[in-house]
Amino acid sequence: MINRLSLDYKQLPLVATIALFVLMFSFGSLRYTGFLSTQVFLNLFIDNAFLIVIAVGMTFVILSGGIDLSVGSVIALTSMVAASLTMEAQLSPWIVVPVSLLVGTILGMIQGSLIHFYNLQPFIVTLAGMFLARGLSYLISVETISIDHPFFSYMANSQIPLPGNNFISISVVIALIVAAIAIFIAHFTNFGRTVYAIGGSEQSALLMGLPVTRTKILIYTLSGFLASLAGLIFTFYMLSGYGLHANGMELDTIAAVVIGGTLLTGGAGYVAGSVVGVLILGIIQTIIVFEGTLSSWWTKIAIGVLLLLFIVLQRVIVWRSEKKAGTG
Amino acid sequence: MKAIIKSRLFWPILVLMLILLINLFFDSSFFSMEIRNGRLTGSLIDILNRGAPLILISIGMTLVIATKGIDLSVGSVIAMSGAIGAMTVASADGTGLGPLLMAIGLSLLICTFVGGWNGLLVSRVGVQPIVATLILMVAGRGVAQLITGGQITTVYYDPYSFIGGGYLLALPFSIFIAAFVFLIAVLLTRKTALGLFIESVGSNPDASRLAGINSKNIMLMVYMFSGFCAGVGGLILSSNVMSADGNNAGLWFELDAILAVVIGGTSLMGGRFYLTGTVIGALIIQSLTTTIYSIGIPAETNLVVKALVVLIVCLLQSPEFRRKVFGFGKVKGAGEQKGKEGATLL
Repeated sequence: MINRLSLDYKQLPLVATIALFVLMFSFGSLRYTGFLSTQVFLNLFIDNAFLIVIAVGMTFVILSGGIDLSVGSVIALTSMVAASLTMEAQLSPWIVVPVSLLVGTILGMIQGSLIHFYNLQPFIVTLAGMFLARGLSYLISVETISIDHPFFSYMANSQIPLPGNNFISISVVIALIVAAIAIFIAHFTNFGRTVYAIGGSEQSALLMGLPVTRTKILIYTLSGFLASLAGLIFTFYMLSGYGLHANGMELDTIAAVVIGGTLLTGGAGYVAGSVVGVLILGIIQTIIVFEGTLSSWWTKIAIGVLLLLFIVLQRVIVWRSEKKAGTG
Repeated sequence: MKAIIKSRLFWPILVLMLILLINLFFDSSFFSMEIRNGRLTGSLIDILNRGAPLILISIGMTLVIATKGIDLSVGSVIAMSGAIGAMTVASADGTGLGPLLMAIGLSLLICTFVGGWNGLLVSRVGVQPIVATLILMVAGRGVAQLITGGQITTVYYDPYSFIGGGYLLALPFSIFIAAFVFLIAVLLTRKTALGLFIESVGSNPDASRLAGINSKNIMLMVYMFSGFCAGVGGLILSSNVMSADGNNAGLWFELDAILAVVIGGTSLMGGRFYLTGTVIGALIIQSLTTTIYSIGIPAETNLVVKALVVLIVCLLQSPEFRRKVFGFGKVKGAGEQKGKEGATLL
């Protein structure tokens, strides 16, 4: 009985998310001609590859009961670092890519250490990280730096053909590999189990002898690294570096993770759910584009309404399981 | 002397003084004030005037944070309030006060209402504050853009400019608004039991309920008040520029407000709040911005400086950090404090 309950409680949001996605896709297909095609579906991945990558990182952070507000700014900083190193310092991509990836990783590690060692709130530390990263990218340059380099053009423009005259981009492959590795890490490694344990109760995790310190710092380092990777993908997508890139992206990411069924209190959720969450955000935008007459702000209102629905759903599930646990 | 240093307000005031003194170093006439056309002008007045919206919003945020909550939606509520206010008076001209009162009434009513919506989600549905207000933060900006039609709406109705740009007794009117709301908040929380109720709900909602306090209504009330404050701030900001911009009005205000509250010494863990500290925190942020502009440092560094200030303030408030850096002197106090925090957590 208790086993079945905990299964329900954990999986219902995920099932609801997938059902919602299918529902929205069918709605689009019935309403608009040309919506029901493999390429429209694949475009969801192409346009949101970077969002998938940061949502995966954010899932780990939220699973552990924390939050990372710095991811959007890290994307901007990474794009700025990559652009200025490529265009102004004329360095080869072999140097640019590792250095850009280090940016977020180091920032994430510092944030994680501050949060853990000084017992600071993740919310406020990553808020400072957010200001810092965006400020630093403005210090590099206030203007947009456009990138004109064979490597970046190749990454941006090359298409990987799929059967049926469809294609995906290299970024999609990166994003899917990241998601696959993350799913493996979350469910089949000690690190992953420790993340869930910390999210359930940090004190219990500590008393169980789990490596809380190392894991907590690693979580934020991972999120920073993935934010930088997303920043690179975003740079391929935009072919420029700019301090205002990905403004407010942290909110979209959190929304995707919540819609994907991860509890914001930590301890329960799935990486795969976050990927579906990103696809739902993508499909809202696609529907608005297909509708043609709807203005862009309807995206925000729709995301808000969906967030509300999912959060209330989460509450109802928690209530029900508490009630049943109480009577049983 | 020891009592002064121990006071919660000592460090914030010291930082504020330091920032103002740095200004004096670069501009010797920084503290001077003069009366021009019956209006008191000077850098200090300017900081107060421009800081008024932030002060207002931070006061609302303080009470929310005191109940262990957080209100991320204030930035969007500012945009909504400005949009509603500007759209109400958009077609008005002349000098009649009717449209002005209508705009103020309508904006504040709706902002208090959406604040109440946050409060309902937190207190009745039991959603975490950070998530409950995230909904309105995302959707509210969309609604603000919906109201203004995605355009920047300009107002050509003179009385509207009085809210943010008017003068009373030689001082900017916005200062009076901020001071009035501050006084009301202080009176209600320090002269009645309300403040104690808020603190007790913040440290333990269940225990408070068992002690006979209506925790749910207290929470509902602080979110409504925060919405109201954001509404007033939004009107001031929109009146300052005589327009409404659903996209950019109040952007990042929630972060500045949280920052002001934290600098003022209110812990994000809830249970204690310091309204005066918050006002000083808001003034620190405003004078930092003014200083950066007036010294001629590129405005872009503003964010970096803010980040460093947040970190330093948080580190100074962290018992672990003080123990590690300042050595043994504080071990006892820090331990006690940590014990207390543990108790409230459980």
